[in-house]
Amino acid sequence: MQLTNRAKQVSNKEMTLAEKMYLPAFFSGLGITISHLFKKKVTIQYPEVKKYLGPVYRGHHVLKRDEQGRERCTACGLCAVACPAEAISMVAAERKKGEENLYREEKYAAVYEINMLRCIFCGLCEEACPKQAVYLRHDRMVPVFMERDEVVYGKERLVEKMDDRYVRANNSEVKATPTEPSLTRAAT
Amino acid sequence: MDLVILSAKGIIILVLFVITLLIAAYSTWGERKAAAFLQDRLGPNRAGVWGLMQPLADAGKMFFKEDFIPAQASKWLFILGPCLAMLTALMSSAVIPFGDSIRFMWDKVSYEVPLQGTELNIGVLYIFGVVSLGVYGVMVGGWASNNKFSLLGAIRAASQNISYEIALGLSIIAILMMTGSLSLRSIVNEQASFFEWNVFTQPLGFIIFLTCAFAECNRTPFDLPECETELVGGYHTEYSSMKLGFYLFAEYINMFVSSAFISTLYFGGFHYPFMNEVGSALEKSMGAITGHNIATAIQFILFFGKIFFFIFFFMWVRWTVPRFRYDQLMNLGWKSLIPLSILNIVITGAGLLFNFKYASWLIAIVMIVLAITTTVKAPKREMLTQQS
Repeated sequence: MQLTNRAKQVSNKEMTLAEKMYLPAFFSGLGITISHLFKKKVTIQYPEVKKYLGPVYRGHHVLKRDEQGRERCTACGLCAVACPAEAISMVAAERKKGEENLYREEKYAAVYEINMLRCIFCGLCEEACPKQAVYLRHDRMVPVFMERDEVVYGKERLVEKMDDRYVRANNSEVKATPTEPSLTRAAT
Repeated sequence: MDLVILSAKGIIILVLFVITLLIAAYSTWGERKAAAFLQDRLGPNRAGVWGLMQPLADAGKMFFKEDFIPAQASKWLFILGPCLAMLTALMSSAVIPFGDSIRFMWDKVSYEVPLQGTELNIGVLYIFGVVSLGVYGVMVGGWASNNKFSLLGAIRAASQNISYEIALGLSIIAILMMTGSLSLRSIVNEQASFFEWNVFTQPLGFIIFLTCAFAECNRTPFDLPECETELVGGYHTEYSSMKLGFYLFAEYINMFVSSAFISTLYFGGFHYPFMNEVGSALEKSMGAITGHNIATAIQFILFFGKIFFFIFFFMWVRWTVPRFRYDQLMNLGWKSLIPLSILNIVITGAGLLFNFKYASWLIAIVMIVLAITTTVKAPKREMLTQQS
């Protein structure tokens, strides 16, 4: 039975003299390796050039606002319940008069924290959210942190800025995002 | 010998020493670059432009690591091992002629100093002596580690070096018969015209010598002493810090020296086609001193070109051919290379009797014809019917 047509028959017949001399096979091998010297390199130079990881990549969390700039989150806590790593915690508060342009519904999250050391980027919070408030962006990763007090992300780093709104676009044109023009040629 | 010549010699030796160390350091970088490029990667490129600072970074890393000596190790021999490896590696380049000579005036007296550590009339024997001492570095280090894997690696290294040194020596004897001298400078001068380069007169000897040089340097496909899959790290399993660095560095120095040795013995050393014409033209136009020195510099550069090619060849082969099995290694050494090199001596001697230098080609041609006929005649490999 053959699954693929790449299977090679092996035989343990005695080698001919040419094969025993190793040299013909040796030189053909040298030819193969030297041809790779001139081939296009596949390396993507990571911090300077980033590969487009697809629209389903789960990166940095974002708390969405609606079109009028009001926070969508109502602090229902379903994301915290869904979270297998127990990374999310929040404190709910009631909306006061005059805050209607800040929060969409009567209840909102006064504190919303994600512990990035705990988070496993599974995206279950995104699935659990009934208000489409929390998303994991496909285009940005959580940056490397060096200090422990940088680990817990509060609202100031999670709520989306109105001038930098997140859209989950399916852009298959972009294969790699160069940030340093001198490196683009080597990378692609 | 008077003081001027002595100090000129000293400067030449110092320069050659520094160049040897530099080339060895940058071969580590070159090895990684060559490996990367042969595998469609980019290689080190973070430390400086093109990663050129990588050897410095590596050396810094090596120096800052803990210098550990195992409790059960024999302490002095453990330290002596890498020293011996380094010492013998550095000693062997002393007799290689890197160029014709340098002329200079001092106190209205003109001097001429050959561009060579020292001119020995038994240069070939000297190199063989030092190279065979090199195995002591490995042997002593491996034994002193008091570790089974180290000892096994050292034993492998010793037996491999001893077996391949025989074929190495025998393959050179044909050259010595043609030159009639053991001095490397006269071997080089013998190859003045392009078609008398020993690679053209001794093709078989060249291939044997090259194979043995790979084995002597413990390079792939014969790097069994440090075969990771079987022996952890081979003879340097227990070594850390700069002691390990010395072992690795010695390997690269050996690679440089054997490349220089191959170029000297088989590729005309510092000779290149039309060298005499270029030399005399330079001397005519720029005077006997500057012209001669520039001609020597050209020889020096071209000689290093040859050396660099062979260093690259070592790396190229490393990323092409997988490691031999140990019995294959011994079979190749004792049953193929040694008989072939003895046959080469006999045929070359017979050729020299009739003043015919290219007799070694006879064996090569016979072997090629035999190989082709046996391949053509060999029955096609019948496909085994698959049992399933």
